[in-house]
Amino acid sequence: MNFKLKIWRQENPKTKGKLVDYEVKDISADTSFLEMLDQLNETLILRGENPVSFDSDCREGICGQCGLFINGRAHGPLDQTSTCQLHMRSFKDGETIYVEPFRSSAFPIKKDLRVDRQALDNIIASGGYISVSTGQAPEANQTRISSDEVESAFDAASCIGCGACVASCKNGSAALFTAAKISHLFQLPQGKIEHKKRTQNMVKAMDQLGFGACSNTGACEVECPQGISIRHIALMNKEYWK
Amino acid sequence: MYFSTDTATTPLAKIPEGDLKDKWSNFKTQARLVSPNNRKNYRILVIGTGLSGASAAASLAELGYQVTSFCFQDSPRRAHSVAAQGGVNAMKNYKNDGDSVFRMFYDTLKGGDFRSREANVYRLAECSASLIDQAVAQGVPFAREYSGYLSNRSFGGVQVSRTFYARGQTGQQLLLGAYQAMMRQVHLGKVTCYSRHEMLDLVTENGVAKGILVRNLDTGEISRHGAHAVVLATGGFGKIYYLSTLAMGCNGSAIWRAHKKGAWASCPSWTQIHPTCLPQSGNHQSKLTLMSESLRNDGRIWTPRVKNENRKPQDIPEEDRDYYLERRYPSFGNLAPRDIASRAAKERIDAGHGVGPLKNAVYLDFKDAIANQGKETIVKKYGNLFTMYEKITGINAYEQPMMISPAAHFSMGGLWVDYELSSSISGLYVIGEANFSDHGANRLGANSLLQACVDGYYILPQTLPHYLAQLSKSEKPDTNTAAFEESENQMRTQLRELCQINGSKTVDHFHRELGKILYDKCGLSRTEKGLTAAIEAIRSLRQEFYQDLKIPQNENGINEELEKAGRVADYLEIGELMCIDALSREESCGAHFREEYQTADGEAKRNDRDYAFISCWKSGDPSPVLIKEPLHFEFTKPTERSYK
Repeated sequence: MNFKLKIWRQENPKTKGKLVDYEVKDISADTSFLEMLDQLNETLILRGENPVSFDSDCREGICGQCGLFINGRAHGPLDQTSTCQLHMRSFKDGETIYVEPFRSSAFPIKKDLRVDRQALDNIIASGGYISVSTGQAPEANQTRISSDEVESAFDAASCIGCGACVASCKNGSAALFTAAKISHLFQLPQGKIEHKKRTQNMVKAMDQLGFGACSNTGACEVECPQGISIRHIALMNKEYWK
Repeated sequence: MYFSTDTATTPLAKIPEGDLKDKWSNFKTQARLVSPNNRKNYRILVIGTGLSGASAAASLAELGYQVTSFCFQDSPRRAHSVAAQGGVNAMKNYKNDGDSVFRMFYDTLKGGDFRSREANVYRLAECSASLIDQAVAQGVPFAREYSGYLSNRSFGGVQVSRTFYARGQTGQQLLLGAYQAMMRQVHLGKVTCYSRHEMLDLVTENGVAKGILVRNLDTGEISRHGAHAVVLATGGFGKIYYLSTLAMGCNGSAIWRAHKKGAWASCPSWTQIHPTCLPQSGNHQSKLTLMSESLRNDGRIWTPRVKNENRKPQDIPEEDRDYYLERRYPSFGNLAPRDIASRAAKERIDAGHGVGPLKNAVYLDFKDAIANQGKETIVKKYGNLFTMYEKITGINAYEQPMMISPAAHFSMGGLWVDYELSSSISGLYVIGEANFSDHGANRLGANSLLQACVDGYYILPQTLPHYLAQLSKSEKPDTNTAAFEESENQMRTQLRELCQINGSKTVDHFHRELGKILYDKCGLSRTEKGLTAAIEAIRSLRQEFYQDLKIPQNENGINEELEKAGRVADYLEIGELMCIDALSREESCGAHFREEYQTADGEAKRNDRDYAFISCWKSGDPSPVLIKEPLHFEFTKPTERSYK
């Protein structure tokens, strides 16, 4: 397959970026999107040009490090699929593909398609945990938790921290990311004791870190590679105002 | 001769006295302690934020030590522990199926083909139960029965159900628990965390670890960090094979650079080749995705009876299918340990029974499981794995069997550590997959998460203070020393020189070539002839690397090619040591299968008389030096490892 690419190039956080045209040829349909970019980069390097800088690590959809805006959608055209799990068979031969970074005011661009998502770690540091030190834990089966409760908490806990929700939100809100952690821990009995303080602290941190407010457009839910529901945001808001 | 042997040195494993079941308590009873108000005076560096690194950083900070943590990823939550799917083993005996600490210890020791220390393995089993308690308290959503009690499943190489799991995302959930515990300490000011920072060198003075040199991958800036102790939690180096189940950034550089400063490396050639991965489908792939071993609980593995079968799998009748694992290993069947399952697949593929476009795979079939248990149950157990399989291959595995193939996965080898997890350099500790300790020559499924957690949560927080307590009180970390200066100059020169080669081939080219050599000659099976050829091939590839490598841009700022080049430069040296290690061990054990040493029916043939030792490699000029740590089996009797 052959493709025309329009890729965002930006030397560093301070310079102005722009879309640059590239072409890739003879790409197998089974190639992943990132492997297609790898191939482009090998060609660029051998031509003496600078390769396109982008993030990725596990390439199996779980570490959350990859994340590109492809044809105007976070992680590209497929639902519930991270960029690394997207394959070229999802595109038409000869198609022009726009590739941009996850843009948001809380995610400064580092270079080309790489952004700084440290703000998400800072939200977790502000309270996204159960305060138990090593050695304090009681016997695991002492607290029975129904299978449904655990599964429901798991739906929230499955967040991979990629930031697609933030990048897709017109307000640049991290409400889905923050709510997913709050909801994961709130739904488990061991996380209930701290939930009030946790919710207050995490919401406050989210505001202070430059993320926008949530206006319930639901774009985040549509683009979340893990399919995390905005009902968690409702839970967060309810707990916050309680 | 590719190596020399030092018979005068005997490594001190520091195994405590007493009965097997008392050794760990005996250590804890006698260990030196640091009083709570003095702990803040000690600075500890932890490199890596996977399960072992994050759990160690959190646990040490909770005790009151000052911890600095580093990772090369853009967030500590992304370390590759996140990708472990199937589960974590623990001895809870919730199933009442005859499990015990001794049985878990014995399964692990036997799984490793009696090439690990009894005392280490026993301690792993002993500490396993507490880990489940800790993880549940942190909010890890392990699977539950309808009654609300924790659920278990079975993994390869055992006959009890002791594997706890969180859908197919056990690693992710355990890592989030450890990461969150660490971020809590970041918030409290006890841990300073640097992401996108890669360790370049270990700095030692008079044979004692004094700190490290790191490069900020976003700015290119190099900084010095001094400490009372350095902990490497940098994971495995299976990515050396280029195509592997590992993340793109996984590397062996931190342990290799420590090795060059004097830390011994143990059994580097013992690599687990995982039997259930997606097969190679062409030259475009950057990795081979793992499909969890848990699938072997319900999936049946087979190949067509005839060679070059052209029918679709669903059209091949039962009598034309060869369920070769059930045939060869009736008591363990599809749950035979990984090394055995991988070799059996290779045997079928090499014999011409492979399937798929490149005839390099075998079938993993859920037809019977779906018929017996219903599709709904299978969706609940493995839904996300089936979805992942379809995303990558475009094939619906509920309708036709998956195609799987062996791929490089886990490094049983790593830096040598004693019972206290200290390397051969004073003040340098190595935890998790980066060390060689508990898995012997083959790791059992669901034991890697366990070992990483046990090292970080339970062992290091007991053994590291034992070291710190005997340091002189006046000792303060200092980075304005000749050793730091020399290391920094050396590293700056190395980076600059890599950028200046300006040849005609990319880093990935060299990495792929090295991977091919290793898969072919130091992978699932090895021979003297192949290994010798591999050593020569790696040496000439290394020479070419330094003459013909092309790196765009320079060492200032983000330069992914330079990052990769540093790692591949190390791989080109590690690869040679792997081959030398495999060559020096003239026996087969676990994942190390020397074709010259096999039983009549093609199983690994161990040689306990000559090779019941851990190989400890000391960096040497012109060739590495082999030191042997003899293995003593006081409480078990090594037997032939049979799963038939």
